[in-house]
Amino acid sequence: MKKPELAPTLPAKALAAVDLDAVAAIDLSRPEPGLSMPMNSPDPEALAKTLVRAYPPKVLRKRSRHIKINDPVEIPKIEANTRTAPGIITQRGCCYAGCKGVVLGPITDIVHIVHGPVGCSYYAWMTRRNQADVADEDQNFLNYAFTTDMSENEIIFGGEQKLAQAIQEAYDLFHPKAIAVFSTCPVGLIGDDVHAVARQMKEQLGINIFGFSCEGYKGVSQSAGHHIANNGLFTNVVGTEELPAAEKTNPFRVNMLGEYNIGGDAFEIERMLNRCGIQLISTFSGNVQYSEIARSADANLNLIQCHRSINYMAEMMESKYGIPWLKVNFIGAESTAKSLRKIGRYFGDPDLIARIEVVIAQEMAEVEPVRHQVRSRVNGRPVMLYVGGSRAHHYQALFADMGMPVVSAGYEFAHRDDYEGSAMADTITIDADSRAIEELEIGPDPVRFNPRKTEEELAELEAKGLKMHDYEGMMPEMAQGSLVVDDISHVELEMLIEAHKPALVCSGIKDKYVIEKMGVPCKQLHNYDYGGPYAGFKGAVNFYIEIDRMVNAEVWRLVTPPWAAKKKSA
Amino acid sequence: MTTKTLPLADQDKTACSTPTKSTSTTNACRMCMPLGACLAYTGFERTVPFLHGSQGCATYIRRYLISHFAEPMDIASSSVGEAATVFGGEANLRTGVANVTRVYSPAMIGLASTCLTETIGEDVDSMIRRIAHPTEGLTAQTGQEIPQLVFAPTPSYAGTHADGFHAAVKAVVVEQAVAGETSQKVNLFPGIVSTADLRHLLEISAGYGVEPILMPDYSDRMDGSSAARYDMIPEGGTTADQVAASGSAQASITLGGLVTPGVDLAGEYLAKTFSVPHSHLPMPIGIRLTDEFTDRLSELSGAEMPTWLAKERGRLIDAYIDGHKYGAGRTAIVFGDEDLVVGVASFLAEIGIKPLLVASGGRSGFLASEIARINPDLPDIEVLDDGDFNEIEARAKELKPDLLIGHSKGYATSRRLNIPLVRVGLPIHDRVGGQRLLHLGYRGTQELFDRVINTLIQVRQDESEVGYSYM
Repeated sequence: MKKPELAPTLPAKALAAVDLDAVAAIDLSRPEPGLSMPMNSPDPEALAKTLVRAYPPKVLRKRSRHIKINDPVEIPKIEANTRTAPGIITQRGCCYAGCKGVVLGPITDIVHIVHGPVGCSYYAWMTRRNQADVADEDQNFLNYAFTTDMSENEIIFGGEQKLAQAIQEAYDLFHPKAIAVFSTCPVGLIGDDVHAVARQMKEQLGINIFGFSCEGYKGVSQSAGHHIANNGLFTNVVGTEELPAAEKTNPFRVNMLGEYNIGGDAFEIERMLNRCGIQLISTFSGNVQYSEIARSADANLNLIQCHRSINYMAEMMESKYGIPWLKVNFIGAESTAKSLRKIGRYFGDPDLIARIEVVIAQEMAEVEPVRHQVRSRVNGRPVMLYVGGSRAHHYQALFADMGMPVVSAGYEFAHRDDYEGSAMADTITIDADSRAIEELEIGPDPVRFNPRKTEEELAELEAKGLKMHDYEGMMPEMAQGSLVVDDISHVELEMLIEAHKPALVCSGIKDKYVIEKMGVPCKQLHNYDYGGPYAGFKGAVNFYIEIDRMVNAEVWRLVTPPWAAKKKSA
Repeated sequence: MTTKTLPLADQDKTACSTPTKSTSTTNACRMCMPLGACLAYTGFERTVPFLHGSQGCATYIRRYLISHFAEPMDIASSSVGEAATVFGGEANLRTGVANVTRVYSPAMIGLASTCLTETIGEDVDSMIRRIAHPTEGLTAQTGQEIPQLVFAPTPSYAGTHADGFHAAVKAVVVEQAVAGETSQKVNLFPGIVSTADLRHLLEISAGYGVEPILMPDYSDRMDGSSAARYDMIPEGGTTADQVAASGSAQASITLGGLVTPGVDLAGEYLAKTFSVPHSHLPMPIGIRLTDEFTDRLSELSGAEMPTWLAKERGRLIDAYIDGHKYGAGRTAIVFGDEDLVVGVASFLAEIGIKPLLVASGGRSGFLASEIARINPDLPDIEVLDDGDFNEIEARAKELKPDLLIGHSKGYATSRRLNIPLVRVGLPIHDRVGGQRLLHLGYRGTQELFDRVINTLIQVRQDESEVGYSYM
């Protein structure tokens, strides 16, 4: 990212007026209860049964375990992160997509070489999804898709030589700081050793080169790729450079983990943090450069936005360097304010806490009029979200801001703890698919381990309502009786739309046109339909306006939704 | 038409365009075989495309095609995981077929392989035989009627999306075509064209009284209307009866059909197996190439060009005249699928816009000779096949054309070099309506002509200090 300008001076009068005791009394520990289900909602038990009716018995039993009626207090156990049944059309992608496409791809100045046939590189060619604001003098390869473009010859005789050549070519062409190599399905099968090639070329060229064994068939979804990406990035990049002394004067130094700058979200988060006087060292991995990640071990706090894709990194950085992590949600104006207050409470500095309060007050003053207006037009209209490994949770905060109840939600590739919360994480059964992904054993670094908070301090924070390394999950923040559906299939989605008559469904491109054909607007939460940013305060305003435009668009008057069509024919 | 023997494109290229060809590919100009196969299968009635391999392939391809067509598209996957790479994916394939059958009740499942299953050497044909086996197959096991299973091998490392498309069409024809008394029908293999193109091909054929068998025809499924209830498999597509009749058609026409050596065309198969005469025509874009197509239809039907079509032809020439002063002497770079760029380049040549470079990621090896054959007057068109956008952009910097014509992946180049891009082909991911752009026939050429000329006019208008609003 470009270096931000100095944090602006805030009005002294406002800063002095902040009532610190009142701020300390704000309860930050409680999950925000979801808006209750609309009065005329269908019976959830019957609906859950209907959803799986068409399946063969074995699939029916399997799918039933992924569909739960929510109870925000007595959280039911939901099955997640298990293999999709063959032939059931899923939203899920592959391991390579999670590693290259999600986590590593957005880093602007690494040359990402996809070792494999042409398709995989082509489909993960990022031209818009992840944005970056790169200074003119810095390198930026976001618009490039490099591949070894394996042909039959390499499948038969091995592709290591071609990979070495491709690395050499990329080096000659760009002289990048680092090169990352991503394996696609055939690579593991023919036994190419991408790590050996990477090591050899690293020695030869004198720049950091590292490989990822993220073949598409590994794991059950892109989630496996996130884990592999975390491991590789942690082992090969994090902590390899030190933050210059001049940049270490601000104690409020953080990393933003699991923020990929889709639609410019990271820009808004950078702006907010800077206003509060919080120094952002690096973002994993939106709008970020290689060196920023290399220096991330010098932060004093890790903030996690997308828990699913990056929690491994936070855990490993805590074990090795002693940096605690805090789950935040910068999606939604209220939840952004809450997240900023949590950061203030963590650092415990009265000036910082006062600054944060002033920033929240100023920003909310701009948010409120729009929110109020939009709310009057969308209040009470039901929403469903089936997307991602965190987004289906995060975006509920924005709908809560607008008074739109979430009647059903689910993730594509999340694990049980993303639904039920960190507390149950240790009880997850490790199946063969998860065991295949390496779990790194990380101990304290002999030199650089420096616990930013002592055990006592952490306990004290918890007593003040600030629980570190904890994610409460999606289900505690959803309504009683709402339906939680993991790894939703096309058929189930269609039945849910008919049953709930939602005003809006949030999903991705693969479902968008089915949903819209049925007369229901669909907001894509993967690429934002070219909109955004939706994070932070300014993002919330964008989102309110966008949802208002979509659900109240003129075109829906011309379309008969299925429930109305049913009535007509009845 | 004079036919010249020319060296293959690959040999030709090294001499004239990129002096050193890189080993790796940067910003590819082609997609993978399974993508083409899935699109082709979608053009057959009640067919569900099914990829045997990692589920990511189905997901990526769905994302790509759905974004282009702005239409739902389901592609099933056998979701082969790590264990199955060791023990084989037959159980996954079997479960997958059972689930798709149960949920979709398709008439046919169009199977295609992926890099994964090809690399581990899965024998899908044998698996299909076992799944469909009368006593030990799925029906015997579950009591469920199994749809027809068709398979095309499509490893990405062996070809392009165009290859996968033609391979799938051929697989369906091989499975369904039967011999019979020769009819008046004509097999028409359109290749990868837009939904509007498919509809227009049917319209032109009907104009000659020809009953065409269009294989495939995804014009309804991939460009459907709004429906209160979305069908799991939307209506439309070439029917099994139509494909069966292709074995007894009076002739076949393949439009384009430049494929990587080793990939057979359905038209060739029908010629070999059922002696259906096969003609290979370039995509009908521009007067000359559309004339070739309509002449052939006239020959086959014995009918004259219908009046409405003759009028369209006349209007197109009239439009060429109206626009010649804005187009003549200008230059362009064309990129995309081999079949499409041959047509577009020849059309440009015809209106006096010189195609400086014609580029494709295709690997047929015949791109240069085909362009030279059609355009003997323009011996120095530079041709780049098996190319990527790194090479195209490098040449564009030197050649400084007035226009780029190709799909939306060229936008980055267009933006960096400040050269306008006229969008044709697949994918068009940054405009609405890419799926229904008309390119073919006199009418399609007319639309393309207007877009090309207006783009040139707009640049002149924007650059003008005066800002003329009258030509």
